[in-house]
Amino acid sequence: MVASTATVAALDVLRWIPLIPLSAGLFNVFFGRRLGGKTAGAIATAAVGVSFGVALYVFWRLPATGVFRDLWYTWIESGSFQVNIAFQVDALSAVMLLVVTGIGFLIHIYSMGYMAHDDGVARFFIYLNLFIFFMLLLVMADNLLLLFVGWEGVGLCSYLLIGFWYQDPKNVIAGNKAFIVNRIGDFGFILGIFLLVTELGRQGIWTLDFTELQKHVQLITPAKITLITLLLSVGAAGKSAQIPLFVWLPDAMAGPTPVSALIHAATMVTAGVYMVARLHFLFILAPYTLPIIAVVGAATAFFAATVALAQNDIKKVLAYSTVSQLGYMFLAVGIGAFSAAIFHLFTHAFFKACLFLGSGSVIHALQGEQDMRKMGGLKSAMPQTYWTYLIATLAIAGIPFTAGFFSKDLILWKAFEDESYGLWSIGIITAGLTAFYMFRQLFMVFHGSLRADDHTKAHIHESPPLMTVPLVILAVGSIFSGWLGAPEYLWGSVWDQWLQPVFGGGHSAEHAPVTTELLVTAVTLAVVALGIYLAYARYGRAEAAVPATAGGTGLYRLLLDSYHIDDAYDRLVVRPFTAASDWLARVFDPGVIDGFINGVAKLIRGFSLIWRETQTGNIQHYLIGFLAGTLALLFYYLRQQ
Amino acid sequence: MVPLDYYLVLSAIIFAIGVVGVLIRRNLIVVLMSIELMLNAVNLTFVAFSNSLGSMDGQVIVFFVMAVAAAEAVVGLAIIISVFRHRQSLDPQEMQLLKW
Repeated sequence: MVASTATVAALDVLRWIPLIPLSAGLFNVFFGRRLGGKTAGAIATAAVGVSFGVALYVFWRLPATGVFRDLWYTWIESGSFQVNIAFQVDALSAVMLLVVTGIGFLIHIYSMGYMAHDDGVARFFIYLNLFIFFMLLLVMADNLLLLFVGWEGVGLCSYLLIGFWYQDPKNVIAGNKAFIVNRIGDFGFILGIFLLVTELGRQGIWTLDFTELQKHVQLITPAKITLITLLLSVGAAGKSAQIPLFVWLPDAMAGPTPVSALIHAATMVTAGVYMVARLHFLFILAPYTLPIIAVVGAATAFFAATVALAQNDIKKVLAYSTVSQLGYMFLAVGIGAFSAAIFHLFTHAFFKACLFLGSGSVIHALQGEQDMRKMGGLKSAMPQTYWTYLIATLAIAGIPFTAGFFSKDLILWKAFEDESYGLWSIGIITAGLTAFYMFRQLFMVFHGSLRADDHTKAHIHESPPLMTVPLVILAVGSIFSGWLGAPEYLWGSVWDQWLQPVFGGGHSAEHAPVTTELLVTAVTLAVVALGIYLAYARYGRAEAAVPATAGGTGLYRLLLDSYHIDDAYDRLVVRPFTAASDWLARVFDPGVIDGFINGVAKLIRGFSLIWRETQTGNIQHYLIGFLAGTLALLFYYLRQQ
Repeated sequence: MVPLDYYLVLSAIIFAIGVVGVLIRRNLIVVLMSIELMLNAVNLTFVAFSNSLGSMDGQVIVFFVMAVAAAEAVVGLAIIISVFRHRQSLDPQEMQLLKW
C-alpha cells in the first residue's frame, strides 16, 4: 500500500477494537444507571482494556512493512465510487491505536477513582467509551470519509464531556465554544475532501481510499493540491488548536480532568497531526502548504508558551502547554518530519496525560481548588502525585533521557537540519519558556508552604490507588517511551525504522556530523536550564512563591488574558454575529419573512371577501346560476351540431 | 290534426312560465306549483311526440313522471308545512341559513 513492497493481509479481528468500547457504551446506556456507577465504570474500563489487548495482538502480528485490513461492508456505492466500512492498520495506525487504547485504558482506571463521588458516573463512562470508539474509527479508517465520521464523533464527545457538569452555564458555554470553533475547522476539512474527490473524479478516479488516493494523487494539478491541503489544514488547525482556532482548548478545561487528559491532551487534539501525517503523500506535493503549517505551528508553540507563563489556574497552564506542544508537532509536520511529529505525539501523550491526571489528583485533594496561588507545599502530603508530576515535568521540559528530550530534540534537530533557522530558534526559545512555566507550576503547587484555607487543609490526602497507579505507569512511560527514538549518537532510533514504510525514508543518506547534532542539543539544554533556573529563582525559594494576586505589569496582564485574543474574537466575530442575528430576529424575520407569508394570506383573504358575496344563501339566486349554466351548456352543444 | 310544432311551442311557453315562477316567486307553495308546471310542460312534449311518432314510449314515461311528481308534491308540501311551523313564513328569500 503505502510503500510499494507492503503486504496487505486481511485480519477480521480489527473491527472488534472499536466495536467493544461501543458495545460497552451501549450496554451502559441501558443498564449503567441501574448497575450503579462503580459497575458501569468497571464495564467501560474492561472494554477499553480488551480493546488494548486486541490492539497489542494486532501490533505484535503486524509485519514491518505490512498492512492489516478488515473490510466489513460496503457503505456507499454509486457507479465506480465506493466507500467501505473498512479498517486498516499500518505502522502509523498501530502507533495511534496503542496510544488511544493504552492511555485511554489508564485514564479509564483513573476516572473510576476520580469520578467516584459524582452522580453522573454512568453517563461519564458512556461518553468516554463513545469517544474511544470514534477515536479508533478515526485512526483505523481506511478512507477519508470514515475518518471524517470519527473526526466529527470525537468532536461531539468532546462537546458532551466539556459540558459534562451542565448545571453550571459556564461549562455549557465552554462546550459550545469548543464545538463551534471545531465546526469552523471542520468546514474547511470537508470542503477539502469535496475538492479532492471532485478533482480526482475529473480524472476519472472516484475514490476516498487512502491507498487509491496515494496511487493517483499525482493526477491533480499542484495549484489544486495546494488549495486542498490548505483547506485540510484548516480542519487540522481547528481540531489541534492551532492559531487562529486555538481559543476553544483553554476553555475546554471546564470538563472533568480525566477528559482534559484523554481528549484535550493525549488523543483527540492530536487528530489534526495524525490527519496530516496520514495524508502526507498529499501534503508533500503542496509546496506552499507545508511552510505555512510549519510557521503556524512554530508561532502557536511560542505564543501559547508565553501565555502559559502567566496563568494561575493549574489546568490552564497545562492547556496552553498542550497548545504549545501541538505547535511543535505542527512545526515538525510542516518541515516534512512526519515521523518526528508522530514521535512527539506519542511521548507527549504520556507526559501530558500524566501531568493532567496529576493536576486532577491535586484538585481532587484540594476539594476542587484550581488556583495555584492557593496551593503549595503539597510535596509531603501527596508524595506519589509529586514524584510522578516531577518526572512528567522533567519530560516535558526536555531533561536528557526523558521522553520529551528525545522527541522535542528530534523536532528541533530536524528543523536545524532543514536549515529553517528561524523556526529552529523559535523552537529553542519555546523550549526554554516551557521549562520555565512547568517548573513555575511545580514550585507553586508542590513546594513552599500551603496557602489553602484551614477547611481545605484538613481534607488533604493522597489519592486512592485507582488514581495513583495510572500516574505511576504514565510516569514510567514519560521516561521510557522516548527511548524508542534515540538519536544516532546514542543507540539509534527504532521509531524511524518502524514508521519508515509509511512515510518513506531517505533523509539518512546525507547525515550531518554528530558534533553538530550534539552542539544543537547543548544549545537547547542550555536554554532549558536557564528556564528552570529562572523559575527556581522566582518561585522555588521559600516564600517568594506567591505571585502578585492582582495587577502586575501590563505585559503580565496581557499574557494572563492570552493577548486579549478571546476579547478580540468576541468583538470582531461573536458580537457582530449576534448583532446580525438579533437584527434578523427583530427586524428581518417579522418584517420580510412574516410580511411575505402574511401578505400572501391577506391577498387571498381579500379575494375571498369579494368572492363570497356571490354566496347569498338564497336558493333562488343559486337556481339562476343553475339555469344560466344549463342554458350555456345547451347553447354550446347546439352550436356544435 | 294539430301540427307537432304547436304542442312544442305551447310546452316551451309553459316550461318558461314554470322556470320564471321558481326563480322569482316569494311563496314556497307557488314555487312548488311552478315546478309542477315545468314537469307537466315536459309531459306535454312527451305525449305530443308519442302521438306524432306512433310510439307508446313517451306515454309510459309520462306515467312515471306523474308518479314521481305526486311523490315530490307530497314531500315538498310536508317540508313546506314543517318550515312554516318553524318560521311562520314561506318566503324563500328569508331562508338563508346556509349563508356564510
